[in-house]
Amino acid sequence: MKPVDQMTWKDLNIGCVITEAGNAAQYKSGDWRSMRPVWDKDRCIQCGVCYIYCPDAAIYKTEDNYFEADLYYCKGCGICVKECITGAIRLVEEEE
Amino acid sequence: MPKRVGMEVSIGASEAVRLANVDAIAAYPITPQTHIVEHLSEFVANGELDAEFIPVESEHSAMSVCCGTSAAGARTFTCTSSQGLALMTEIVFIASAMQLPIVMILANRSLSGPLSIWNDHTDVMLVRDCGWIQAFGENGQEIFDLTLAAFKIAEDHRVVLPFMVNMDGFILSHVIEPIEILDQETVDKFLPPFKPVYRLDPDNPVTMGAFAMPDLYTETKKYQDERLKASLPVIEEIWKEYGDLTGRYYHPVETYKAEGAKTLFITMGSFGETASTAVDTMREEGEAVGLCKIRLWRPFPYEAFWNAMKGVENLIVIDRATSYGGPGGPVASEIRSALYTMENPPKVVDFIAGLAGRDVAPGDYKAMYKRAQERIASGDIAGYEIYGVRE
Ligand code: SF4
Ligand code: SF4
Repeated sequence: MKPVDQMTWKDLNIGCVITEAGNAAQYKSGDWRSMRPVWDKDRCIQCGVCYIYCPDAAIYKTEDNYFEADLYYCKGCGICVKECITGAIRLVEEEE
Repeated sequence: MPKRVGMEVSIGASEAVRLANVDAIAAYPITPQTHIVEHLSEFVANGELDAEFIPVESEHSAMSVCCGTSAAGARTFTCTSSQGLALMTEIVFIASAMQLPIVMILANRSLSGPLSIWNDHTDVMLVRDCGWIQAFGENGQEIFDLTLAAFKIAEDHRVVLPFMVNMDGFILSHVIEPIEILDQETVDKFLPPFKPVYRLDPDNPVTMGAFAMPDLYTETKKYQDERLKASLPVIEEIWKEYGDLTGRYYHPVETYKAEGAKTLFITMGSFGETASTAVDTMREEGEAVGLCKIRLWRPFPYEAFWNAMKGVENLIVIDRATSYGGPGGPVASEIRSALYTMENPPKVVDFIAGLAGRDVAPGDYKAMYKRAQERIASGDIAGYEIYGVRE
């Protein structure tokens, strides 16, 4: 499938049906982000609350059992920051 | 030769739905559509129609259910009127954008307020731009025929669009007329089983009704518009096929005694019958008058319309809805705009008449004809006039 912003009206299916299952995963919601979450491992108690609350399922578990955001999907909403009980996550301005 | 049987037009309409062997019906009763859904629910209850009859709590739900059943691959029917259409309008637009080939009969009735249950075309004009195919029937037989053919057109893979059959409330819905009901064998030959292009199927998952960002929405609208316009030749083809089968041919624009006519009335729906009676009388009196009936309202049949306008000097449009503070009734506005690119277009006089069941008898056509001649002679043909209003 073409990228959405290159599709013409002739590329659309009947009823604008999307035939490729799960292709929402290609959508880069990370483009919306102006702030990014950063984790402080010293404060993190590995409870997984941030992982559960992220509305985009953008948080994954690292090999050492801490958590990080996949910046392709993380939209910088700050919900993880709000929900973390130990205050281990903070939002920082995106530089560019 | 099937025989013509006297029956209420609503019963004839439900017979067409039964013969089309629909799989799902979701509807909420509203005057004057009620007899159609009542009769269909009896068919289902008596085992004469193997369909799911889904009684719902509102028309909004009726159309939502129809979208669901149609998306699941079920041949789907609903019908409504007036306020019911207004309530389901949100989903009416979605059904066409999702290209769900639902067939709906709209028993035309005025919109409140003041509250009125009687017939005019204010309800259909509310959804003029909804993207459905919209056709008008003039009598009971036409409603039966158009409804049956609607399923075939809607489901054709070159079309895949919902189809609205407009039927004047009371004037048609509650009147007993002779109707020729086709037999099941003939219908089955004409109307193949519904084969959806896409349907909700766990083994082949698809997304229907997805969100579109500004970078794609314009393309989706262009696509929808092109699909609706491209349905026109298919509609003509299937109406021709239906004509070959039954001897009753339907056309997007139809004329009556238009040959040599200087003035044509333009009507939609059941008013065509009275207008033709009026034309007969006026012709006998030596007036060069005829009738042009717009059967297909969307997609608007421009070519056929322009052809019908050749050599015509004056048009008297009978509108059955008002566009308050606007340029005229919706039909006249459309007609004037369609004529804009034509060389030497006919003059258009617009009358809004027959609102909420007020009778328009043959004599009224004669009066409108006279009034139109006066206005044309005086050069004052702008805007519109509400015919018969007490001043
Ligand atoms: S900022 Fe929002 S989107 Fe990003 S990881 Fe946290 S909860 Fe998820
Ligand atoms: S919610 Fe806070 S403490 Fe819990 S795993 Fe996430 S960062 Fe660590």
